[in-house]
Amino acid sequence: KQWYQRRVRGKRVIDYAVKIRVRPDQLGVVTDGVKHSMNPFDENAVEEAVRMKQKKIVKEIIVASCGPSQAQETIRTALAMGADRGIHVELAKGEEALQPLAIAKIFAALVEKEKPDLVILGKQAIDDDSNQTTQLLAGLLNWPQGTMASVVEHSEGKLTITREIDGGLEDISVKLPAVISADLRLNEPRYATLPNIMKAKKKKIEKIAASSMGIDIAPRLRVIKTVDPPVRAGGDKVPDVAVLLEKLREKGHIK
Amino acid sequence: MTLRRSVIQLYKELQYMGREYPGGAAKFNTKCKQAFLNNSQEVDPVKIEMLIERGRFVQKEIEALYGLRKYRAMKHRYYDTEEMDLQTKGLKSSLKIYSGYFRNNEILCNSNDLKFE
Repeated sequence: KQWYQRRVRGKRVIDYAVKIRVRPDQLGVVTDGVKHSMNPFDENAVEEAVRMKQKKIVKEIIVASCGPSQAQETIRTALAMGADRGIHVELAKGEEALQPLAIAKIFAALVEKEKPDLVILGKQAIDDDSNQTTQLLAGLLNWPQGTMASVVEHSEGKLTITREIDGGLEDISVKLPAVISADLRLNEPRYATLPNIMKAKKKKIEKIAASSMGIDIAPRLRVIKTVDPPVRAGGDKVPDVAVLLEKLREKGHIK
Repeated sequence: MTLRRSVIQLYKELQYMGREYPGGAAKFNTKCKQAFLNNSQEVDPVKIEMLIERGRFVQKEIEALYGLRKYRAMKHRYYDTEEMDLQTKGLKSSLKIYSGYFRNNEILCNSNDLKFE
């Protein structure tokens, strides 16, 4: 059986190479005027979808992103990589960024609407590192999940997934429809070249206002404080063993 | 596509890729422009085709550089880093090879100060 549709999620985050700075109010990091791009793990997700389509396992790839108007750039990148159409769940200016539970609920609603056979997300976003959306979505849909996937194979309505877990690899088999989260080693994402970006402009992006979906997307978690990690103190060099022992005793490491 | 349009297309694509160049987009884009200007007097179509091919090759190299750089950054941040520190030396030396290639290549002019982070 040929799978009909697959939905991929791409989150717009601060570019991985940018040096982030904590905001003066300590409630987060500076995002204004900072370069943003698609979350690297989401790139793995999109790439996997495109490869499945090339292998004719998947017929259509829909990419979805929740965020301000600039999230469209992320969707365009995914379309340039090979997705067919996009859905932009738009947050109005000033609306707070959505947390994993809200995203999962929105995605569950989109799944009801589009009825894909497979949803694939990046395992975590490099800005909040939650690693929750996939699991929450699978729970809301009551679908099986394969998280931290580094190998995905398809046969007869089932997926065999190799997961990267602490201490090694785990193989599981899930029946479709299912939710997967992509890990770094799943594949090497292709670069979205300029000609592909140009072609992607012809592909459709559907816009939905987040507030119009009738879903409770209020945040459940509040950031109290964000601080830089402590500055690393310099080490001491000692001339000989006697001094070393003395210093260790001073600091209370030995008696 | 005419040769002229191919060259312009190549130039646009390289400029677009320059945005993410380590060390800054401006540096890359000026060197790229300079390299194209240096060869702008070329009229032999065979030679032009060769230069375009080389430009395409550089494009692929840059794509590979970006992919590798991102992969290594993610790997370093999210996975066991002991292995990574041993590999970093390898990355730096392979990047030196690339900068040497660019230096000797006619597409990008002298880039002795091309620094890789």
